[in-house]
Amino acid sequence: MASITFREVEGSSLKYWLLFGGLGLFVLFGALSWNYMHHYGHVVTGMDNQIVWGLPHVFAVFLIVAASGALNVASIASVFNKPMYKPLAPLSAILAIALMLGGLLVLVLDLGRSDRLIVAMTHFNFKSMFTWNVFLYSGFFALVGIYLWTMLDRTVKSYSKAAGTAAFIWRLVLTTGTGSLFGFLVARELYGTAMLAPMFIIMSFAYGLAVYLMVLAAAYSWTGRVLGDTVMQRLRYLLAVFVAAVLYFVVTYHMTNLYFTKFHAVEAFILRDGGIFTTLFWFGQILVGCVIPLVILLTSLGKQRSWIMIACALVILGGILQMYVTIIGAQAYPLDLFPGMTVKSSFFDGVVNSYAPSVPELFLGLGGVAIALLVTTFAVKVLRLLPESLDDATVAKLEH
Amino acid sequence: MSEMNPNPVNTGQHEPAPTVESPQRRRLIGAAGAAAGLAIAPGVMLIEVAHGRPEDQPASSAVRWGMLVDATKCATGCNDCVTACSTENGWTPIGESAHPKQAPQWIRKLELQDPLTQMETNLPMMCQHCAEPPCVDVCPTGASFKRADGIVLVNRHTCIGCRYCMMACPYKARSLVHEQLNDTQKADVPRGIGCVESCTFCVQKVDRGDGTTACVEACTASGHNALVFGDLNDPDSEISRKLREIPTKQVRADLNLNLGVRYHGI
Repeated sequence: MASITFREVEGSSLKYWLLFGGLGLFVLFGALSWNYMHHYGHVVTGMDNQIVWGLPHVFAVFLIVAASGALNVASIASVFNKPMYKPLAPLSAILAIALMLGGLLVLVLDLGRSDRLIVAMTHFNFKSMFTWNVFLYSGFFALVGIYLWTMLDRTVKSYSKAAGTAAFIWRLVLTTGTGSLFGFLVARELYGTAMLAPMFIIMSFAYGLAVYLMVLAAAYSWTGRVLGDTVMQRLRYLLAVFVAAVLYFVVTYHMTNLYFTKFHAVEAFILRDGGIFTTLFWFGQILVGCVIPLVILLTSLGKQRSWIMIACALVILGGILQMYVTIIGAQAYPLDLFPGMTVKSSFFDGVVNSYAPSVPELFLGLGGVAIALLVTTFAVKVLRLLPESLDDATVAKLEH
Repeated sequence: MSEMNPNPVNTGQHEPAPTVESPQRRRLIGAAGAAAGLAIAPGVMLIEVAHGRPEDQPASSAVRWGMLVDATKCATGCNDCVTACSTENGWTPIGESAHPKQAPQWIRKLELQDPLTQMETNLPMMCQHCAEPPCVDVCPTGASFKRADGIVLVNRHTCIGCRYCMMACPYKARSLVHEQLNDTQKADVPRGIGCVESCTFCVQKVDRGDGTTACVEACTASGHNALVFGDLNDPDSEISRKLREIPTKQVRADLNLNLGVRYHGI
C-alpha cells in the first residue's frame, strides 16, 4: 500500500485567522447568550411550560447525532478495511469529538441550573436514559480519543483496528441512546417507539457524512491542497444511500402511525394541519433534506463538486429542520389526557402550543456549532490530521 | 389512621370498682366515664395526628396518600382549590403573572366537553402521584423521587432543570420556574429558579399532621365537597370507604401507572 503523508495546515494566513476569529466571535455570542439566560432564567427564552425543550435542544441533538455519524468515515477504514478511507480517518475522528463537544455544551448550558453540572456528574439514576447518555458521551470522548491516538502515534498503530471497532460499536449504542431519549417517553404520541433508535442512527450516518464532506472540501480548498474526484464521488454515493435510508425510515414511521386510529390526529397535525410544523416537515425535512439532495447526488449534477456541497448543505439544513419537527412539533401538539373530549384550562391544555425561539437561544445553538468548527480548525493546525494530498493518483494507489 | 394507637385514655370501665356502691351509682359512673372517654378520644386522636411525622423518622410505606376527585360535585367557574394551593405553596396566581405561558401552575381546573353529547365536566388536574411515576424514571440525578408514602416530589437541591420529567409526565403536571421568585415564598415550601416543581400533596401539611391538603380544605369550605384526601392503605379512611362505594377512574389508565388521584364522574 502506498504511504500517505499527513501534515498540519500552516494556519498562519490571514484567511485562517479570519476563520478562527469569526468562529470565536460566534463562540463569544454563545457564551453571552448563556450568561443572559442563566442570569434572568428561561423567562427570556421562547420556551415555556408547554414547549419545554426549544431551539438549543434542536442544535444540541443535531450536533450529537452528527458527531457519531462523522466517525463513520473512520469506521469504514478501520472496521470494514477499506484502504481508500484510511487517509480520511483522522479528520473523521477529530470532527466527531468536536461536534460532540459542541452539542454537549449547548445541552448543558440550556439546563435550568447549568451551575449544577457537578450534580449531574455525581448523582445518577440508572433508570434514566439521560444518565445512560452521560456515560455514553464520556465513553465516546475516551474511545474516539484513544482511536485518534492510535492513528497518529506509530508506536500504537497496531491497536488502531481494535480501537476503531470499539469506537464504532460505542457510537451505535450512543445514537441508540440519543434516539431513546425520545423513544422511552410514554407521554407523547410521536415518541414512545423503538423506531426512533434506528432512525436516529441512520440520520447520524447522513448528517455526519454531510458535515464531514463540507469540512473536508473546505479544508482542502482553503489550504490549496488537492482533493481528487475519486474521494468525492465515492462519498457522494455513500451520502445518497444514507439520505435514501433516512427517507425510508421517515416514511415507514409515519405510515405505521397512520395505520393506528389513535395516532390519526397527531399525524394529521404534522402532515396536514400543523401550520409551521407541516411546512417544515414537507418543505424542510422531506424536500430540502431528502428529495432535492437525492436528485442532486443521483443525477449528473452530482459530478460537480459545488453541487455535492449544495446537497450536503441541504442535508444539514433538512436535518436541523427534522430535529425541529421531531422535538418541538411533538411538544406543540397537546397531551391527550381525555381522548375524545375537548379540553380547556388556564394551563393551555387542549391547544396547539406556539413557539418563537428567542435570539439568545439561536446564538447558544450557533455557539455550539462554532465551538465544533473552532476545535476542528485548531486541531488541523496542531495535529497531523490531513493528508498532504488526496489527488486521484495517490488514492488509486491505496486500493492496490 | 390504622397504624395509630387508638384511645389510650380509658372509658373508666377498667377502673377498680368502689367497695360499696349501689348498682345505679355504678351504672352512672360507668356512663359518665364512657361519655368522657367518647369526648376525649377524638381529641387524643387529633393530638396524635397533629404531631405528624417526627423529622428524624422517614415517611412510612404503611401509608399511601391519595385523593378522590368527585367531578360531579366540582363546580363550574369555581377556582377555590387553585387559589388555596397558590396561597399555601406561594406560587403566583396565573392571573397575576406577567408571563402566563411560563408561570408555574401546580393545579389547574380543566373544562371537558364531549363533542358528541355536549356534556360538560369540571375537574382539577395536578400531579397524580403515580405509583410508577415516569418523571422519576427519567430524572438523571434522582431529584425526582417518590416518598415511601406515595408522594412524588422534586429534591430542590439536586434538580438541574433539564425538564426531562416535564417531557415524560403524561399529565402536564410539572412546571419549570422560569424567573426569579418574588418575596411571597413560604418558609416550608422550598422553590427556586431553574428547578422543576409540581403538586406535593401539601407535604408540609401532611408532615405537620394536618391530614389534608389546602385544595381539599378549600373545596370543603366552599361546600362543594368534591375532594377527599387520605390514606389509601387504611381501609377505614374516608377516602378508602368512598373509593369502595363509588366508581372511579384513573386518567390515562392505559399507561397503568397506578395513580394516587382517582376521579369519579369522568
